[in-house]
Amino acid sequence: MWIIKFLTSSIGRKLIMSLTGLFLCLFLVVHLIGNLQLLIPDGGETFNRYAYMMTHSPLIKIIAYGNYFFILLHAVQGILISLSNKSAKSQKYAVSTNANSSWASKNMMLLGLLVLAFILIHMGDFWFRMKAEGGFLGEGWVAMLTYEGIGEPVANLYDRVVITFSQLWIVIVYLIGLVALAIHLNHGFASAFQSLGLNHKKYTPLIKGLGKAYSILIPLGFAIIPLYVFFTNL
Amino acid sequence: MKLQLKIWRQKSADSTGRFETYTVEADEHMSFLEMLDVLNETLIHEKKEPVVFEHDCREGICGSCSMVINGRPHGPMQGTTACQLHMRSFKNGDTITIEPFRAKSFPVLKDLSVDRSAFDRIIESGGYISVNTGQAPDGNSLPIEKDLAGKAFEAAACIGCGACVAACPNGSAMLFTSAKVSHLGLLPQGAVEHSARVQNMVNQMDKEGFGMCSNTEACEAECPKEISVENIARLNRSYMASIMGSEK
Repeated sequence: MWIIKFLTSSIGRKLIMSLTGLFLCLFLVVHLIGNLQLLIPDGGETFNRYAYMMTHSPLIKIIAYGNYFFILLHAVQGILISLSNKSAKSQKYAVSTNANSSWASKNMMLLGLLVLAFILIHMGDFWFRMKAEGGFLGEGWVAMLTYEGIGEPVANLYDRVVITFSQLWIVIVYLIGLVALAIHLNHGFASAFQSLGLNHKKYTPLIKGLGKAYSILIPLGFAIIPLYVFFTNL
Repeated sequence: MKLQLKIWRQKSADSTGRFETYTVEADEHMSFLEMLDVLNETLIHEKKEPVVFEHDCREGICGSCSMVINGRPHGPMQGTTACQLHMRSFKNGDTITIEPFRAKSFPVLKDLSVDRSAFDRIIESGGYISVNTGQAPDGNSLPIEKDLAGKAFEAAACIGCGACVAACPNGSAMLFTSAKVSHLGLLPQGAVEHSARVQNMVNQMDKEGFGMCSNTEACEAECPKEISVENIARLNRSYMASIMGSEK
């Protein structure tokens, strides 16, 4: 079948990396905008209401499961491509050089694995606790509280964020994860467009510039949250 | 100038190779290959096996020379084949490491010579146009827009040396294949078979075991003809258009 032939061809496999990668880039923007509400000094009410809305909307649920699927697809496909690429290079050169390409572009699997490890730690810190609360694992995973207008207890995720980011070592782990993400995006963003076949004298310099800016600003935006929480709760 | 050479010596495709060190007296006006000629003369006089390396035109247009000099295919000079690299790029007393092109699809045959017939099979799969031979047509009988002709010409500068594969950490042949596809497909004579050509050449490229492009752009940096990765993007979109848009 042509579609299978397409998606298993070298270019088709790169297309999957590109499209899933760009979707995840979009997700990061939405995730950052949502999380920056943690900085609002109202005891976390805005953020908790937002988190409640996000976890109780069927549309967001569908997108969230799509997002998990794309993360897995991007990671698994990326690992398979990297391993296959490593075997296509029979032997390394005795003299290695960085003169012809960037370090990031040659270490996307390593960076990606660091980001994946970070995602798992991050989901363990918040997502898992929220899902586990009140289930067969019992209670006490996350504090609950009530807000006017919502007829059931709401998870106090803001409280979890403060508890988590009051620990220095967790803040450091998050910062390492974000640096890996920044370097991964530094190559990945513009690379995704090239894999899609979009290379144009007028637009490619813009895409490359946007990619560099994106790879710095998005991780920086995320880094503000643990740093702000840590230093305001010293 | 006196140089120390660390050269990869390998008896045959099946044997394991190793580096051997030689000293050679060279002149800064010599080309890199002439310097190797001098070394081989000495080795022959000493009744030793000369170093096997490929060469033909020695004027940078045939794509025969294929060696990695200090970690870089064709050596340190931008847009230059090994045969056009001159010893003035090095200093007296330098140690130069010379290795064959490395890729699973380019197995070493002997010393610095590798088997690049995978490229020939990619060309056989579609790197041509089907026209009757005969008298050459009049120069301007087929109008071609200047910019397009320029782009096709730039891609046609590819000499098929394989430095792109050698430079790529994935051993990918995307720059080579995309240069051929662009060179033929951008011109009206080649545009007719473009869609089928793209699929056939990519299929063959994948079959040969070349790696996948991860846009490190090392190929463009090392290409002696400075072929642009713009061609790789063209191959990507041509392949997608062909497999999704055509009935084949």
